[in-house]
Amino acid sequence: MSGFWGVARAIMGREFLRFIHQRERFIAALVRPMVWLLIFAAGFRAALGLSIIPPYQTYITYETYIVPGLCAMVLLFNGMQSSLSLVYDREMGSMRLLLTSPFPRWWLLFCRLLGSTAISILQVYTFLALAGLFGITMPPLGYVTVLPGLVLGGLMLGALGFVLSSLIKQLENFAGVMNFVIFPMFFLSSALYPLWKMAESSPLLRDICALNPFTHVVELIRFLLYLQINWMALLWVVTCTIILCAAAVWGYDPARGLMKRKT
Amino acid sequence: MPDAQTADETKQGLSVHDLSFRYGSKVALDAISFEVAPGRFCALLGPNGAGKSTLVSLLTHLLVAPQGDIRIAGHDLRQHPRRALGDLGVVFQQPTLDLSLTVRQNMAYFAALHGLPRQQTQARIDAALDRLGMRERAGEKVRALNGGHRRRMELARALLHEPKVLLLDEPTVGLDAATRQSITDHVHDLANQGLCVLWATHLTDEVRDADQLLVLHRGQILAAGQTGDLRGGRTLSDWFLSQTEVPA
Repeated sequence: MSGFWGVARAIMGREFLRFIHQRERFIAALVRPMVWLLIFAAGFRAALGLSIIPPYQTYITYETYIVPGLCAMVLLFNGMQSSLSLVYDREMGSMRLLLTSPFPRWWLLFCRLLGSTAISILQVYTFLALAGLFGITMPPLGYVTVLPGLVLGGLMLGALGFVLSSLIKQLENFAGVMNFVIFPMFFLSSALYPLWKMAESSPLLRDICALNPFTHVVELIRFLLYLQINWMALLWVVTCTIILCAAAVWGYDPARGLMKRKT
Repeated sequence: MPDAQTADETKQGLSVHDLSFRYGSKVALDAISFEVAPGRFCALLGPNGAGKSTLVSLLTHLLVAPQGDIRIAGHDLRQHPRRALGDLGVVFQQPTLDLSLTVRQNMAYFAALHGLPRQQTQARIDAALDRLGMRERAGEKVRALNGGHRRRMELARALLHEPKVLLLDEPTVGLDAATRQSITDHVHDLANQGLCVLWATHLTDEVRDADQLLVLHRGQILAAGQTGDLRGGRTLSDWFLSQTEVPA
């Protein structure tokens, strides 16, 4: 059993070492949500009127509204970043080293997923701390209760990255994925505007947003930050995480997925 | 039947039986069979596109063949992949090093992937690096090493978990003559010490007369035997070309 933990420690440790070697990645991961928070939100603050909706019990500023969405955005970008690094590893050969370990492949992939999720969460907390410095704060206990939501959301979006990496043939194709996955997922969600607001302009768009798993990651985080549980969001996120993890294991199955192509 | 099974279990080398693989409609390997005993250096010689890399992928479980059996040190790769991969050391054609980590960090990562106890890891890394004269480079980033040292390091790493079967896929590609010679000699020595070695290559000067030879061409084994016997009075290069050249 100690071997399993040794593998987990090694894979997660390697992810962490790679992360600290890529300072630009860390800075970019923080600058992106801060730009949305301090520039985009400031511009939209006057344009968007928000009513009191759960979990909020008073009127809130637009900056406060979009913080959970930006936390989820950090998880989303990091999930895609891990997808990119998996494709890179495949092209550079280090994926072979991982996959020829005698330990079960699902465990190797899960450890890698845990590693990238841990890095995502570190980034989210740094973002929350920076937002706090600018006066955008959550209930103090919310910073603790949100952790399980961040873990689940990070696993779900990381698993999505794994599935995509098993489908992407070359590194060059990655830009297309960014356009077709990240942007629709982010904009067709409740990250930037509540669903009732979306329904005012288009009920169809609202329905699409409600079916978008990313919306449920955002709502799970939003409610947990205010010490509440959105059970529907939790159910969605857990279900999607299980499906995507299974799809990732399938995608990396030596009998069919990833390695079946002659590369 | 139990006797046959026992005999198989006692074989500590590499055994491939009736192995086939295709990419869509393209046949990559067509019912190949061979055995390599412990203490033997077996050269798998084949031109580009012969199916060597596919065979390596199947032996390392990166691909799974719908037909055929692979046994590594007596363990059926399909039935017991953990045990089989645990007894296999691999040096891939493509480098598999993390350039941003040190030599020691790369080795320790590999040791953990193979479940080596932490207490033994550092001693084993030192011993493996010593064997290849790399100990003093342990703290250097891999990015700073030249191609020859990187290859040596990969070889040292492949031996870290003391495998019974060592598989090398064109390990000397891109290296200078002296480094090629040194790595080829070292792996021959390992075979003489009891390791079962399968060395895939298209370079005939890496193969010695006493080596076991398999010639792979268009997914089939064209010839198998001891190199000196197969080539007769010709150079291995001439003999190999005559076996694999396409008639005009």
